[in-house]
Amino acid sequence: MSNVNASKTARPKPFLLPQYCKGCGRCIVACPKKCIEFTNEVNPETGCVPVHVNLDNCIGCGTCFSACPEPYALHPDNIKYFWELPAEEQAAAPRQELPVAAPIPDKQIPLPKVEPLMIKGTYASAIGAMLAGCRHFFGYPITPSTEGAELMAKVLPHLKGVFLQAVSEVATVNHMYGCGGAGRRCMTFTSSPGFSLMLEGISYMIGAEVPGVFVNVMRGGPGLGNIAPEQSDIKLACRGLGHGNTHAITLAPEGPQEMLDLTMLAFDLAFKYRQPVIVLGDGYMGQVTGQVKLPDHMIEPGIPEWATAGDRDHRANVIVSIRLTDVDLEKFNEKLNAMYAEMTENEQRADCFMTDDAEVLFVAANTPARMTKGAIRTLRAKGIKAGLFRPITYWPFPIKQLKPVLEQGTVRRVVVVEASPGQLENELRLALSHAGIPTPQIDHVQRLGGVLPQSEEIVQAVLNMEVKA
Amino acid sequence: MNHVFYETFERHAHGEGIKGHSTHYCPGCGHGLVHKFVSEAIAELDIQDRTVAISPVGCSVFLYYYMDVGNQQAAHGRAPAVALGQKLARPDSIVISYQGDGDLASIGLAEIVSAAQLGAPITVIFINNTTYGMTGGQMAPTTLIGQVTATSPDGRTENMGQPMKVAEMIAGLDGPVYVERVALFDVAQRVKAKKAIKKAIQLQMDNKGFSFIEVLSECPVQLKLDPVKASQRVKEEMVPIFPLGVKKDISEEANIFEINRAPYEAETLLKEIGASSEASPRFAKGFPSHLNAEDIAIKFAGSGGDGAQTAALLLTRAGLQEGFDSTHIPSYGPESRGGTSYADVHIAKEEVLSPAAPMPDVFVAFNQPSLVKFAGTVAPGGIVLYDSTVIFEVPELPEGVKVYGVPFSEIAQNLGKRILKNVVCLGAFQAATQIFPEETFLEALRRGLKPKLHEINFKAFAEGAKAFREKYGK
Repeated sequence: MSNVNASKTARPKPFLLPQYCKGCGRCIVACPKKCIEFTNEVNPETGCVPVHVNLDNCIGCGTCFSACPEPYALHPDNIKYFWELPAEEQAAAPRQELPVAAPIPDKQIPLPKVEPLMIKGTYASAIGAMLAGCRHFFGYPITPSTEGAELMAKVLPHLKGVFLQAVSEVATVNHMYGCGGAGRRCMTFTSSPGFSLMLEGISYMIGAEVPGVFVNVMRGGPGLGNIAPEQSDIKLACRGLGHGNTHAITLAPEGPQEMLDLTMLAFDLAFKYRQPVIVLGDGYMGQVTGQVKLPDHMIEPGIPEWATAGDRDHRANVIVSIRLTDVDLEKFNEKLNAMYAEMTENEQRADCFMTDDAEVLFVAANTPARMTKGAIRTLRAKGIKAGLFRPITYWPFPIKQLKPVLEQGTVRRVVVVEASPGQLENELRLALSHAGIPTPQIDHVQRLGGVLPQSEEIVQAVLNMEVKA
Repeated sequence: MNHVFYETFERHAHGEGIKGHSTHYCPGCGHGLVHKFVSEAIAELDIQDRTVAISPVGCSVFLYYYMDVGNQQAAHGRAPAVALGQKLARPDSIVISYQGDGDLASIGLAEIVSAAQLGAPITVIFINNTTYGMTGGQMAPTTLIGQVTATSPDGRTENMGQPMKVAEMIAGLDGPVYVERVALFDVAQRVKAKKAIKKAIQLQMDNKGFSFIEVLSECPVQLKLDPVKASQRVKEEMVPIFPLGVKKDISEEANIFEINRAPYEAETLLKEIGASSEASPRFAKGFPSHLNAEDIAIKFAGSGGDGAQTAALLLTRAGLQEGFDSTHIPSYGPESRGGTSYADVHIAKEEVLSPAAPMPDVFVAFNQPSLVKFAGTVAPGGIVLYDSTVIFEVPELPEGVKVYGVPFSEIAQNLGKRILKNVVCLGAFQAATQIFPEETFLEALRRGLKPKLHEINFKAFAEGAKAFREKYGK
């Protein structure tokens, strides 16, 4: 207890601090001895009209205390808080103690060497999450992402983890906000329409600095669209994560192996920055079965110092996205901006395929990157020196890795291959512009509606471009 | 006035001046009292360190200014979803979700109903004051008939919806263990309110389940009443519509609600995901470059139920066993539910570049329409294999394409199970393509199918291969 001078013997009588009394009069109605009355004197400090207490008839029944809605307006006269004491006595008075938590670090648990698994992309991602220490899954079924959730539903209970099928995607993201706020590693699988529904919650997670991993297996849109693969949520992930000043690291796996590797990485990054991370796949990749090698360790997560972990050390923590004053909110946004700058500096990732002598440089990610690799083989056989620059982070766009390729002096033409109406190309153009790199000749091969650009049509498109040139 | 309130409200305007020790609530508002009862219950139950309070949106959005417990603030309507996230994350936490009526009974209906029905042990405090306080006194789901609000300026009529009786609705669900409606308007009601709140938290400590306390509360400012009249209104106008008392209490007989706690064991995880340290034996002498120098594309096409996907997956497994990068992708689109079923497989010496097979080196057709659809796409010099039980007519094929018909269905039928035709097909596939030795496929069957299915599938495979050899003499 923080109060001082407490006497346990006498029945305490009320002591009014008028500056904290709003004059609601509940104590007046409650008092059986009519000791308290309304007044007409406005308190100049508060503009309220506090009650007046006359203790002549007080029997110390205490009903007035329990009638008062204010914590400190009316309190027993045997209690004094430090701030009620004269200034010279305050320093020596006992004070309420707010605990400070220290981080409990993650542990790496070595894994024995095992044979590669043969699994589909969504399974690989689910397994990556579990290896990263995720034991809490929240989700709502939506094709073509659901197999990942189904594997979680099957495996997590056996690992003594938690699988909760939420009432909606809106509930899903808020379960994640709570679970992540408690410092646990949690995730969801969703697909485009479901991802749209989660954006409000993602904005709250960013504002409240809560980590979580969202695997969005993109499908055709807009609206209900169809369940075939598309890449048209690039703009949502890169430019539209809900309201306000939002960004999140957005990873772009190419196939099952990267679905596992990048989901693991997503958890590392989510907890490193205390922010949500998006893994953006396409419907095709979610379904592709291939070989997946497991890492040499798994993670046993610790407890971050900021979490509301339900124990003494973490009691003083608050997870909140409100900053009521413009000063506080601007300061927080500046902090976010500094973090976004740090992410942009440190988290750009990309892969180069046959770019050393490339004259035609493809830019493609997810499954279209694989289709493009197929096209490169054919084009090279026809004497066209083609190569692929594959962003592994949609955001931040890997301009650092792209710059030297563009500056090596071989590239005549950039061709963006995507299953979206130019959303990747827009990210490329924006990144070039911000980096002050002169925009090269940019062409594109785009398919929409659930169709991925196939190797043959990529080849044909480039042959046509080259003829025209 | 207990140690569960912060001694100074540092989060309230940085604790400066009067705000450091005063709430932001209007005179006569009920929130302060409910905060007090919740904090007293926490103090008396000695759970301050374990408690996590979920602040809502609405006037009580700043609950976290006052209560010295773990705090998280939720979006409008979502407090119970956030509370569940907290509770499932840390079962030892005592999670208290606090919401008003505009929040819980309107935008948050899905979250509160689903959380209540799940029945996980959290405690929900619901403040019903029949109006949206913070946004300026608009109509709430709980607004009384005749009540004038900013969005029912002539008074609420029945055509604007009748006041929602939330406690009764929640009590009607199977999930909750304890539901009570209380009020604050006199000493006796306050005693009951505090007792109910304490019990609702105690039940969570006992892991009994979901408990829900609706508090009829005053909003003098939005109702344009003085505090004393606002209290009288609760008693005289609200109680007849929202009767007080226990709506449900099965806490005595309720079972313990267990929440899992994960131990993070590597061995269990590897077992559950089917990882094995047993390396697959290799039988092939090298990459089957007679089919394609770098990357062999194979397409299986049939109807749902033909087993095209399973055959494709077994072939993919065979490729991986031999150390070659291999992929499988099912057809994707509306036809994936019933109807046609296509599967593309790639087996590459180094890396599968594009997993689709628009120009397959080997094409397997399980029915006539599939054969017609894809026959023209087969790569020059490629192989077509089809089920001659059901296909009688072979369309024109690109030059140099070799065509083989084997009665997959008939052979499977003779084995007693038509469903085996895809493995019969694999046997013929092996014999026709010589992609890998028979042993590779048998190993793939062994690893890919349940043990009780091994024998019959081995037989189906052997019969398919035999039928091909007998017919084509290879």
